[in-house]
Amino acid sequence: MEKLLEKEEFIKFVKDGDKLLVGGFGMSGTPLTLIDGIAASPLKNLTVVSNNLGEPGKGLGILLKEKKLSKAIGSYFTTNRDAVQAWVDGELEIVLIPQGTLAEAVRCGGAGIGGFYTKTAVGTKLAEGKEEKVIDGERFILEKAIKGDVSLIKAHKADHLGNLVYDHTGRNFNPVMATASKIVIAEVDEIVQNGDLLPSEIVTPHVYVDYIVKSHYVKKAGVFVESD
Amino acid sequence: MNQINRIKIAKRIVQELKQGQVVNLGVGIPTLIPDYLGEKKLVLQSENGLLGMGPTPSAAEVNMDLISASKAPITMEIGASLFDSSNSFAMIRGGHIDVAVLGVLQVDQTGEIANWAVPGQTILGVGGAMDLVAGANEIIVATLHSSKNGVPKLVKELTFPSSGIRKADLVVSEHAVFRYENGTMKLVEILSDISIDELKEITGAEFEYNSEITNT
Repeated sequence: MEKLLEKEEFIKFVKDGDKLLVGGFGMSGTPLTLIDGIAASPLKNLTVVSNNLGEPGKGLGILLKEKKLSKAIGSYFTTNRDAVQAWVDGELEIVLIPQGTLAEAVRCGGAGIGGFYTKTAVGTKLAEGKEEKVIDGERFILEKAIKGDVSLIKAHKADHLGNLVYDHTGRNFNPVMATASKIVIAEVDEIVQNGDLLPSEIVTPHVYVDYIVKSHYVKKAGVFVESD
Repeated sequence: MNQINRIKIAKRIVQELKQGQVVNLGVGIPTLIPDYLGEKKLVLQSENGLLGMGPTPSAAEVNMDLISASKAPITMEIGASLFDSSNSFAMIRGGHIDVAVLGVLQVDQTGEIANWAVPGQTILGVGGAMDLVAGANEIIVATLHSSKNGVPKLVKELTFPSSGIRKADLVVSEHAVFRYENGTMKLVEILSDISIDELKEITGAEFEYNSEITNT
């Protein structure tokens, strides 16, 4: 199956009201081209699961500005004042979960596990309403797995099969997000021939990846900027 | 003055850290620690997926896909490794991090920490704070003794939302070092030019002390 898509094509796999799992930590490892595609589409009422919502008007912050989002699930929204304001104004529902719980919940979602017990957040406001259990004398809370409709991830290189490698800490949430949706779309800086990636260096095996879109951004002085 | 105090706290915490320990540094004062390590080498873990974090790169070497958890550009030490967020938090929650050095909003006299939210303010971020509190083998709190408004940050009982039931092991402020033993806060050392009575006055928490401790 040919997995390579143009930027304009991937949008047909996303529907109004979908839950999107989006990779990235701050602006690193963020699928900027795919986000631009969603922003330019008529899609609305989306839920985003991502560690944060970028910065004001940048990364996932663009989707907020374009009023594409009704709900965000993540660990750190404070870096985007627009997200905080949208929450205050009642325009955006926010579910705050600890960063490790977010990563593990998505990992479980992709691994066919229904949920897990963790010590993180026991006895805090973020444990309210969650089942608590004592295991071997220690208190744990139940966290349910997270799955999505479509995952939008960012990798450094892909081959035509969809095997992926990442750029340093640009990896972050991308490999787990790649496992936990019905459709997984990877934006990449470079597409190489099959066989060019060493089997031992591949982080995300192609079985997880449905489509590949070449990034419209290039790195200049270490920062991604839109290419001409 | 605050910056001098913040550096003083960072330097004192360096004395507590042992060569080769795996350490996660939280935001705020803990991020000053790498500048005052001297000959001591630590293995720094960054929760966005790096073990073996090195210093800030030169401008020419900046890659915004090689950043710290504070989203600042960094480098990698020899022997560094890269991994995804779920692996990173398995490291943190599974007890593989020797020490977490954390900034706090408040810490109480039993060692319970509040470091993610302020009552009445819309802070919608928890990040990895609760994971570190729950999972690190040792927790050192790095904090100024009082808030900007002069309110004690070492308190009898938390009035800010708790970060978890797991307690801190040590607190270092610009005035003193306290260790928690069996739920009791004990004065270890006075770091500034004040008496124990003066220290009691500016500390909300009740602490035990040996009257032989004086400022050094």
